[in-house]
Amino acid sequence: MRAFADGTEHESRPAKAGAPWIESQFWQVAETRLEAPDVVTLGLTPAEPFEFRPGQFNMLYQPGIGEVPISISGDPADTGHILHTIRDVGPVTRALCALRPGQRVGVRGPYGTSWPLAAAAGGDVMIVAGGIGLPPLRPALYQALSHRERFGRVVLLYGARTPDDLLFPDELSAWRARFDLDVYVTVDAAARDWRGDVGVVPDLVKRAPFDPARTTAFVVGPEVMMRFTVRALRTAGVTDDRMYLSMERNMQCAVAMCGHCQLGPFLVCRDGPVFSHRQLARWLAIREV
Amino acid sequence: MPQTLEPLLRGHKFFAGLEPAHLSLIVACAANEVFPADSFVFREGEPAQTFYLIREGKLALEIAAPGRGGSGGALVIQTLGEGDIAGFSWLIEPHRWEFDGRAVERVRAVRMDGTCLRGKCEEDPRLGYELMRRFAGLAANELQATRLQLLDVYGHARLR
Repeated sequence: MRAFADGTEHESRPAKAGAPWIESQFWQVAETRLEAPDVVTLGLTPAEPFEFRPGQFNMLYQPGIGEVPISISGDPADTGHILHTIRDVGPVTRALCALRPGQRVGVRGPYGTSWPLAAAAGGDVMIVAGGIGLPPLRPALYQALSHRERFGRVVLLYGARTPDDLLFPDELSAWRARFDLDVYVTVDAAARDWRGDVGVVPDLVKRAPFDPARTTAFVVGPEVMMRFTVRALRTAGVTDDRMYLSMERNMQCAVAMCGHCQLGPFLVCRDGPVFSHRQLARWLAIREV
Repeated sequence: MPQTLEPLLRGHKFFAGLEPAHLSLIVACAANEVFPADSFVFREGEPAQTFYLIREGKLALEIAAPGRGGSGGALVIQTLGEGDIAGFSWLIEPHRWEFDGRAVERVRAVRMDGTCLRGKCEEDPRLGYELMRRFAGLAANELQATRLQLLDVYGHARLR
């Protein structure tokens, strides 16, 4: 643990998870928001104040359909309104995306390790998101901005498939307007009426202002995108122990019982989803893992 | 004493490490140019006798795509900004632009005369090798980025 001047303590590395099995509680859907053609944010009201750390996830359950791990995408300071941003990729996520205010959803959690913001204190923070990778990083950004004085530069690099696929566009505009946050957004393809950047996220690394010797990077996106982003960060001079990735594997139980999410010696639900690249590098290099 | 572009080019990472004599040859082929927003810097199919070092602003590489590119009928395949180099076609036969280059916003750039440079490369193969090596690196980076775009990494298998 590391203590800040205000007396608060924060994990200086990803917190260990390994939470025990708990029964799902049913929370009410307070709001739904269509973020992109296939992405919905659910605002849920927990039965009692719900605390989580940036980067953690909940298991969301729809009776008769199934259960899936979904990252928490809201502000950790708001313990009464818990956001999950969900992409419709199959039967369970489709059912979750179809929920309407007043309906209920089973929730157990929070699970998993978190973004080590305390380890980043005193230096620059670079948040790199691709596609649906932004929601698990948004709580870290909220927390960094709410303790802005603890960090040097705070940089957000974000990429999506097309302009229509960009999540949280109003918030992106607000973040861009801030003088204490550098925001770079790119898309893979666009029509001429798009005034922003077109290109891939790893190429944004060389545009961004940061001091690689004192930068901690948090990266979430498709594994291919993360691999190339890690290369770009390494080229810029960021070391493996200061790069953190959130891994998405086939998590089923969230409590290290089923083994479906094994990644080398790790169970992603127990030891992750947030890992340092130093932990992962060896295993990501093995194609069969 | 008139200012030259030599300090600017010497400080640019693309030209870093060039022999001073080679840099002087390159400076002799360089000139500043400004493009207003929404103007075309180059057009697909036209002779490519230049390349550009962007000093300020944003340049979109576009390909005409009738029916697909919204109201403009064009798809943006890449944008380039400050510090980027635009254009390989001056170096590679048949020396024609492969894409449109449009200034998304006002662009200040250093225009490099490719015909002039090709002549100097022919006369001095070491300069030719240095430039070819640097443009090959640039092309390899762009090819890698294009492959990533083609992978459509944000697409997804339908699972759960």
